Amino acid sequence: MMELLLVQGLNGLASAASLFLVAAGLSIIFGVTRIVNFAHGSLYMLGAYIAVTLFAVLPRDQLGFWGAVLLSAVAAGLLGALLERLVLRRLYGAPELFQLLATFGVVLIVQDAALLIWGPQDLLGPRAPGLRGAVYVGEARIPLYDLFLFAVGPVVLALLWLLFNRTRWGTLVRAATQDREMVAALGVNQRWLFTTVFFLGSLLAGLGGALQLPRGQPATLHMDLDVITEAFAVVVIGGMGSVPGAFLAALLIGMLQAYGILVFPKITLVLTFLVMAAVLVVRPHGLLGRPQGAARALGAGVEAVIRPAPPALRRLGLAVLALLLVLPPFLGSYAVSVLGEIAVFVLFAASLHLMMGPGGMASFGHAAYFGLGAYGVALLVTNFGVPMLGGLVAAPVVAAIAGAVFGWFCVRLSGVYLAMLTLAFAQIAWSGAFQWVELTGGDNGILGVWPEGFLAGPLPFLYLTLAVSIGVTLLLRRVIYAPFGYALRAGRDSPLRAEAIGIGVRGVQWRAFILAAAAAGVAGGLFAYGKGSVFPTYMQISRSVDGLMMVLLGGVQTVSGPIVGAVVFRGLEEQLLRLTDYWRAVLGAAILLLVLAFPQGIAGAAQAWWQRRGAGTGPAAAGTERGEAERAA
Amino acid sequence: MTAEAGAAAAARAANGMADGMADGMPGGAPVLAVEGLEKRFGGVHAVAGISFAVGAGELLALIGPNGAGKSTTFNMVGGQLRPDGGRVRLAGQDITGLPPRRIWKLGVGRTFQITATFASMTVRENVQMALLSHHGELSGLWRPVAKRHAAEADALLARVGILDQAERGCGVLAYGDLKRVELAVAMAHSPRLLLMDEPTAGMAPRERVALMALTARVARESGIAVLFTEHDMDVVFAHADRILVMSRGRPIAAGDPETVRNHPEVRAVYLGTGKTSGGH
Repeated sequence: MMELLLVQGLNGLASAASLFLVAAGLSIIFGVTRIVNFAHGSLYMLGAYIAVTLFAVLPRDQLGFWGAVLLSAVAAGLLGALLERLVLRRLYGAPELFQLLATFGVVLIVQDAALLIWGPQDLLGPRAPGLRGAVYVGEARIPLYDLFLFAVGPVVLALLWLLFNRTRWGTLVRAATQDREMVAALGVNQRWLFTTVFFLGSLLAGLGGALQLPRGQPATLHMDLDVITEAFAVVVIGGMGSVPGAFLAALLIGMLQAYGILVFPKITLVLTFLVMAAVLVVRPHGLLGRPQGAARALGAGVEAVIRPAPPALRRLGLAVLALLLVLPPFLGSYAVSVLGEIAVFVLFAASLHLMMGPGGMASFGHAAYFGLGAYGVALLVTNFGVPMLGGLVAAPVVAAIAGAVFGWFCVRLSGVYLAMLTLAFAQIAWSGAFQWVELTGGDNGILGVWPEGFLAGPLPFLYLTLAVSIGVTLLLRRVIYAPFGYALRAGRDSPLRAEAIGIGVRGVQWRAFILAAAAAGVAGGLFAYGKGSVFPTYMQISRSVDGLMMVLLGGVQTVSGPIVGAVVFRGLEEQLLRLTDYWRAVLGAAILLLVLAFPQGIAGAAQAWWQRRGAGTGPAAAGTERGEAERAA
Repeated sequence: MTAEAGAAAAARAANGMADGMADGMPGGAPVLAVEGLEKRFGGVHAVAGISFAVGAGELLALIGPNGAGKSTTFNMVGGQLRPDGGRVRLAGQDITGLPPRRIWKLGVGRTFQITATFASMTVRENVQMALLSHHGELSGLWRPVAKRHAAEADALLARVGILDQAERGCGVLAYGDLKRVELAVAMAHSPRLLLMDEPTAGMAPRERVALMALTARVARESGIAVLFTEHDMDVVFAHADRILVMSRGRPIAAGDPETVRNHPEVRAVYLGTGKTSGGH
């Protein structure tokens, strides 16, 4: 027993080393540039793949092996610096969420690039020369390479400490982490500082990736998102921008995973995120983090005045509705299913938009409510034979209950911390679906959730989907124009003023959170019936990011944005899936282009264009015209 | 007179003010009564025991050099900060440490030193929000805001002189106009007490006098008690009924403008030069 505990502990320490390297890089980048860099996981993955190639090319001796490790790290660092120069540099002025969207576009491109270069199969690396053996403590076998990894963490921590405390560059990095504006005002070359910070951070990610290989862990195409969620958790637990914090948190998570598997084999995945949620609730800035200057609501940017839709837009909306009523009988079965799916995602995006736009609460985990709605339906149908109407009523209720519990904690935070807590809760929900096999079937999901009776046919079900999705979306829209939506926006614009005129900001945000969760639950319920099955992927982080992309592509400031965004995103994805195997790369490139070309989102850009065009048409347009002139000023 | 003796005298004067006010009022309690309010930030005693009272229709100016504790006092009265000691009473009711939204509900409107408005809403909508809150209609999920209490909002905007800006977004308004929006918002609740932290900062000199004259008129007509801070001595001496001078968290002088103007310690500590202001 003692040996088992020892082995598990050392195992935990060894995995903590890689996690620490990745998280430290992420933390340094976030501290200086304030960018939540999803692509950091991609650089970790690239570090691993490049190492695989270099191990094969370079001689199989000490020099070749360690040279390959270091060269992979440097290559990842250079790629990170390139990413900063080519993409992120153009986005420093943009709202934070657009930077995040861009980094996710890069994730998609890198995934396909890796697929193209290294192929779909998992690739193993060699064992480290000279460290192939093991030492024995009693019965327990401890690989020498693991012992080497124990040392890596503290050594890198010490080197980083020296770098930050003994060099001018390090001093600047620390200063920028505390107060970026001040450093800029002192005349420091920010571009150079940011590029070098990206180089260092990405180098650490690449090193983490390369060092994992000799433990027998393969390079895979999904290691990017796997590691980034864990690294986010570590950074948040340790405190954003704090390297020692990342070290401490990586150790904590490593040990937790190692021992958790002995004690709670069913919920190891949940553990990390439970700890993260607990830390955020008790110490909102992490174990060793310090409060940052006013944590602004993420991604709001310059607040645009929300005005009622102009008559032309209303007419367009009515025309689309009429078309949706008339067209379906003439569509093929493929088009019918795509149309239904798009409608569901319009609702999903609209529900997220209520939180992100008027609410100013960016959620990285909105898919949780979508998935819980779907699972709620599936479990009720398969276990209790609940009829469809009951299922569709239960979906929002299940999601709303989860929203009430998760939201209660989330509204106590703001900005990127709130976003991270939503991510943590979503990961908890996802791990539940994934690991609680007896209830949810785990990876195999739950099958046989079909619509019944006269709604069973594809066409009637499409009409039901359209009616419910569009109906609830319009209700959400109505809410935004009603006092509640205004009170929510008031709390986002100025909590100080909102409280001073009697608005309980947290209470309003909490109710909005629940409402958004319920609406996402409706979307999830419809989706479950549409697909006839539910899977843990419904709650995966990539689905949450899909939602973010829809909202941001459409334009978070406009009420119609999420609708446009969902249609464009889902439509694009659907088309690309049919046309090419490398649809991710094309989608990623499209996202990058859109972000660089329309930082206001598609609907935002259309609105600006419409108002500019209206400027010449006389007094009727005066109201909106002035709005536009104001925004331009 | 030593500094301590001076502070003690000022405290007596301020308390006397409170007593006098209470005695002189038919209902007994003044609209606002502050007793021995204290606040520490770490080692700094930002407000070290201050007492005063404001009656209906009265304008009390809180003045003092930067760091005197004026804004801290304001934020303790308005609920933005929790006092470490002392009491705040509104018409006799203890409101010490209540959250801002409860204090608003009891009839306290306020403007901020750095204006706080809803940037994504028009000027009219900002006032409509306060009116919706006033009427208890903030939870409404159905009827759009656009037409609700619009006429009432416009009347308030006309009163503060920015009706012509009603359709503009608050995010793009000139600073002086934002101060007016804040006043209209504060007035929307028909407050008993108006807290105005530097109401005229950022305005042109002529505008300042006009705005304070307006505030004074409204306050007297509607019997609103007004507590304000101000750096512009012209505004203070022209409109305040009484003045309380603070320095380093303590009261150093209190009384009507004439008394304060001639107070030796005020000259020494606050004005430094012995001149109160250019125009007087």
